[in-house]
Amino acid sequence: MRIVFFGRLKDGPPAGPVPPKVRDTDALRAWLGAGRPELLDASIRIAVNDEMILSNRALDEGDEIAFLPPMSGG
Amino acid sequence: MIAVRADPFDAAGLLADFSARAAGAGAIASFTGMVREENDGAAVSSLALEHHPSLTEKAIAGIGADAIARFGLTDVAIVHRHGVLMPGEAIVFVAAAAAHRRAAFDAVDYVMDRLKTEAPFWKREQRSDGAHWLEARDSDHEDRRRWGAERR
Repeated sequence: MRIVFFGRLKDGPPAGPVPPKVRDTDALRAWLGAGRPELLDASIRIAVNDEMILSNRALDEGDEIAFLPPMSGG
Repeated sequence: MIAVRADPFDAAGLLADFSARAAGAGAIASFTGMVREENDGAAVSSLALEHHPSLTEKAIAGIGADAIARFGLTDVAIVHRHGVLMPGEAIVFVAAAAAHRRAAFDAVDYVMDRLKTEAPFWKREQRSDGAHWLEARDSDHEDRRRWGAERR
């Protein structure tokens, strides 16, 4: 699994290797959030393989998971 | 025309091209957003705009399609920069062509409100008082709510 951070989340430490028990996005957020509580905030959205997800999603080994803070286009 | 690009653009030139393509429309409205020279009382030296290439393209194309459907536009243009921008440079250009003025004005306003809150860009301003991440303000979300949710 590849985990990428955008915006201000890039200022934090990169994610380490994901343990095998982490098999979905809720578990991933909880696992990462133990060390980085800002990732637990509801304003942080998640995209899996370039698709924004709205609810928990099962994860596979080859997935790319992006953590997206509130956006500021325009 | 929907584009996310790193190189600077000339908004007047984009509007001229858009107007030529929209020939026959009764109304054309446009908006250009610029990098400000000062924010919170500090001088801005540059603005870095990070994006998520595939999500950003998808989000902007979706917003453009929604604007066409909602306001009955004959054409829409959304051009957005990414990368490092200098004060006075254009960040975003939006234009809408329609049969009548209200649809054109409203569509441009709508597209900007959605870009502010839903387009995957993250802005970091370099200012005389340090670097600052910018996020949509409460007023941006209030502006977005004026239009209600999109039916999908």
